[in-house]
Amino acid sequence: MAEPTITLNVTRYRPGQDQAPTTQAYAVPYKEDWVVLDALNHIKDQMDGTLSYRWSCRMGVCGSCGMMVNGTPKLTCAAFLRDYYPHEIRVEPLANFPIIRDLVIDMSDFLEKLKSVKPWIIRKEEKPVVQGEYLQTPAQLEAFHQFTQCINCMLCYAACPVYGLEPKFLGPAAIALGYRYNMDSRDQGKEQRAIIGNHDGIWDCTFVGECSVVCPKDVDPAAAIQRSKVDMTKNWFQSILMPWGQR
Amino acid sequence: MTMEKTTEPIWWGLFSAGGVVAAFLVPIHIILVGFALPLGWISDSGALYRIWWVKLYLFILIVLPLYHWGHRHYFTLNHMGLKPISKLLAVLCYGGAIFGTVVTVWVLLKI
Amino acid sequence: MSVTRPEKSKLYYRKMPATWWLQKQSYFLFMLREFSSLFIALFLLVYLVEIYQLTKGPDAYAAFIHKLSSPGWIFFHLVVLLFALYHSFTWFQSSAVVLPVRLGEHLVPRQTVTALHIVAWAVISLVVLILFLTLKG
Repeated sequence: MAEPTITLNVTRYRPGQDQAPTTQAYAVPYKEDWVVLDALNHIKDQMDGTLSYRWSCRMGVCGSCGMMVNGTPKLTCAAFLRDYYPHEIRVEPLANFPIIRDLVIDMSDFLEKLKSVKPWIIRKEEKPVVQGEYLQTPAQLEAFHQFTQCINCMLCYAACPVYGLEPKFLGPAAIALGYRYNMDSRDQGKEQRAIIGNHDGIWDCTFVGECSVVCPKDVDPAAAIQRSKVDMTKNWFQSILMPWGQR
Repeated sequence: MTMEKTTEPIWWGLFSAGGVVAAFLVPIHIILVGFALPLGWISDSGALYRIWWVKLYLFILIVLPLYHWGHRHYFTLNHMGLKPISKLLAVLCYGGAIFGTVVTVWVLLKI
Repeated sequence: MSVTRPEKSKLYYRKMPATWWLQKQSYFLFMLREFSSLFIALFLLVYLVEIYQLTKGPDAYAAFIHKLSSPGWIFFHLVVLLFALYHSFTWFQSSAVVLPVRLGEHLVPRQTVTALHIVAWAVISLVVLILFLTLKG
């Protein structure tokens, strides 16, 4: 009795050796409870130790294992083989990022952009510990909570055609995280996140919406970006029409 | 957040206003102009367009969606491979909307 | 902690084709939505030209209306109407995302907000129709 198998067509690229990426087919055992990451681990452990890819928690919280599965950005730990079987599965590195090797991409652009929005609480004056903790009502928490769920998996950057066409675009996750801090009642650093309102910040976005569709944590970065546009337009008109009433 | 460097909010504001006007008002006008009048369901002499507040309504109906088109089309054309002529596209799209505004005002004042 | 950066010269950059919007249904529908603005603008230009006929007298206006009864123009307006309705529907969906509506403690679901927009659109269209019928000569 032959064990059922499923074929994975995986991108291979050896820096310094290959001129361009190629595809290698692997027939892995098909198990109903396996995800694409299980299949990749099987390939590396049993079939071809040279395959390189990133992964860690294998349960959808670390954001490491993002790849293109049949052309869609997915966490490979959340893409079940049974949803594709018996068809072949194409596994490629995350789109819109340069390839380092095989399925591993260079994420330094994302990390720089993330840093540029200063994703931490900024206070004009630090509250001394003796004064106690910050208090937030449930409503204040709700204002930014969903945007705290980002795991920096970069699926949204892979899904965003604007980021693919315009590499300077700040991108969904970075803007959503900037928005998360701007909406946090403890934060006082909105002016320091001005990069969000620059030309390659929110204004490059054309609300395709694919970022929110692929987000595995329902962060809804598209909503964060559009709401930022409304906010900034309101502030802009206020500062022009009523310059005396500055925040 | 300081934004003196960018004028994007103006264009985006006009884009949004135009989008709202187009979404709520344009379909019924298409039905009137494109089907009801030509196919004879309704007859009209055009006299109502001379009423002053109807002209104001027409100004909003026609002009704002032009800015909606200009802003949207500028980005669309850039994203379809015309980025190298980005500056020309800006002139054609936003300039087109401004030109349309002038023409609309001229027509409404003339009738 | 020292950081190892990948050797930039050996990175492989994949280029995005100009036909990217044909490669996925969601991207294609997005493009249709963007192009709807063009058809709406074209219709409004036709409308403006129709109104302009009044400067040439009532016969010119009537002649233009008659011109729009040709099959070519009817087809044009059918296409324009479909695009306009697609714009309206996607705009109402977007509005629900951009402007969250709170009723007391609860967030109104997005589909409800979109549905309310559609109802408002129907009412506004009816008001415009009634005004037109009332004011026309």
